[in-house]
Amino acid sequence: MNPFFHIGRYFMLMFRVFSRPQKVSIYWRQIIHEINSIGISSLPIIAIISIFMGGIITIQAAFGFTSPLVPLYAVGFTTRESIMLEFSPTVVCLILAGKVGSNIASEIGAMRITEQIDALDIMGINSAGYLIFPKIAASIIIFPFLIALSMFLGIWGGYAMGVSSGATTEYQYVFGIQAFFEPWKLYYSFTKVLVFAFIITSVSSYYGYYTTGGALEVGKSSTSAVVYSSILILLFSLILTNLFFQR
Amino acid sequence: MIELRNINKTFGDRHVVKDVSFKFQEGKTNLIIGESGCGKTTIMKLMVGLHEVDSGDVIFDGANFPKLDRKEKQEIRKKIGMLFQGGALFDSQTLEENVSFPLDMFTELSKAEKQDRVNFCLQRVKLEGKNKLYPAELSGGMKKRAALARAMANNPRYLFCDEPNSGLDPKTSIIIDELISDITQEYNITTIVITHDMNSVIEIGQNIMFVHKGENWWTGDKTEILGTKNKELFDFVFASEFMKSFFKKD
Ligand SMILES: Nc1ncnc2c1ncn2[C@@H]1O[C@H](COP(=O)(O)OP(=O)(O)OP(=O)(O)O)[C@@H](O)[C@H]1O
Ligand SMILES: [Mg+2]
Repeated sequence: MNPFFHIGRYFMLMFRVFSRPQKVSIYWRQIIHEINSIGISSLPIIAIISIFMGGIITIQAAFGFTSPLVPLYAVGFTTRESIMLEFSPTVVCLILAGKVGSNIASEIGAMRITEQIDALDIMGINSAGYLIFPKIAASIIIFPFLIALSMFLGIWGGYAMGVSSGATTEYQYVFGIQAFFEPWKLYYSFTKVLVFAFIITSVSSYYGYYTTGGALEVGKSSTSAVVYSSILILLFSLILTNLFFQR
Repeated sequence: MIELRNINKTFGDRHVVKDVSFKFQEGKTNLIIGESGCGKTTIMKLMVGLHEVDSGDVIFDGANFPKLDRKEKQEIRKKIGMLFQGGALFDSQTLEENVSFPLDMFTELSKAEKQDRVNFCLQRVKLEGKNKLYPAELSGGMKKRAALARAMANNPRYLFCDEPNSGLDPKTSIIIDELISDITQEYNITTIVITHDMNSVIEIGQNIMFVHKGENWWTGDKTEILGTKNKELFDFVFASEFMKSFFKKD
């Protein structure tokens, strides 16, 4: 369908999502619930992937830097920069788009086709706000913690696997991960995370909310949610990188 | 009272609701009957704005619903209780949470008051003690009854029921019909019930619209329906041998 149709309808939905809540206490309850279901349940996958990726980056970097002109601490430095700038904020968010995005789209899609959303509307409830706002708010609150944890575990994984495999030494690695640290890069990373959190939850909710038909279409919505949120993540990663890395 | 004036609806090139006009009266159980696929659910959804009318008016006590803005519609909807054909219970909530949902959203009742109200509603649909079950743990008929309990929880002014007793045994069916009829009279509300069960028609039909191929084909009450000369309605009413042998007196 026409992309402008989707863009227009998406913004109209967001307008309803961010209109004044009807009962704040209920929204709070929902936000806490979503933090649990979006955030806490994603911890294991993030931990596993981050530790392994950190280790792999470290070993590959050590293997690649054979020239005597490259200082030995470059391995740690490379691991830190890759993890902090791109792996944790972007790649982990892409993985979360797969996990959280498909989950949200199929949950809301199933509610749509079984008329649960109609039932909310009929009661005079702003169904878009009630269902979607808590998800967006929860992910904006919890994603930065998840990604911070991913950064920590990634760098720790690099240390554990790098040192134990003999690819680097403890002293070189620890020196490397502290070298040339520029705090603004963390702003850059966490700005990306907040933008991606919003993209994943809002785009997935959009596809779920406008599901029509049956179980088959719920599956399709969930696929579209993952595909389009991933594309948008990459697009915005590029845009934000251009904005931050200007000299 | 809710009045329909010449409402129309097409899906693609299929004209599903054709120029339907009808007055649903207060304090009476108003029935919409007709064959499967004739447009009953569509008419109900047009009334509450889940589908938009192509043309025509839906007047809730003086307010023309399709012409209202979103906020005004929400105000009217807070007075609506609706039982969907498929139940539409919230999967993630227990029975008790489902029933108390409209109370949580729109009332300032204390926890104990809400609990009382929930128990009262569950007891009236014969689901007492099932408070903590999830919709997935209920049978089809139990879901229907639970959905009715939710629809009546916040004392609606307008009660819409899409086939409240399909999937229920005859005994429970009558209990539900009587419950609907009782709350209608007790609170003097406007109740609209879709059914194809002739039993319910005879039991509670005070103001009946028979829909045939999307048109308002016949209107009347339960005594008039048994003496009808209208061919399509006659075929609908006397489809079963039982109805023929029991009521036909020619
Ligand atoms: N959303 C929709 N899109 C397209 N066609 C629809 C839609 N909803 C209903 N229809 C069509 O409108 C007609 C009337 O459907 P409706 O659900 O109102 O029937 P019904 O009288 O409630 O039947 P039943 O007693 O089986 O529930 C059907 O032919 C159906 O295919
Ligand atoms: Mg129907």
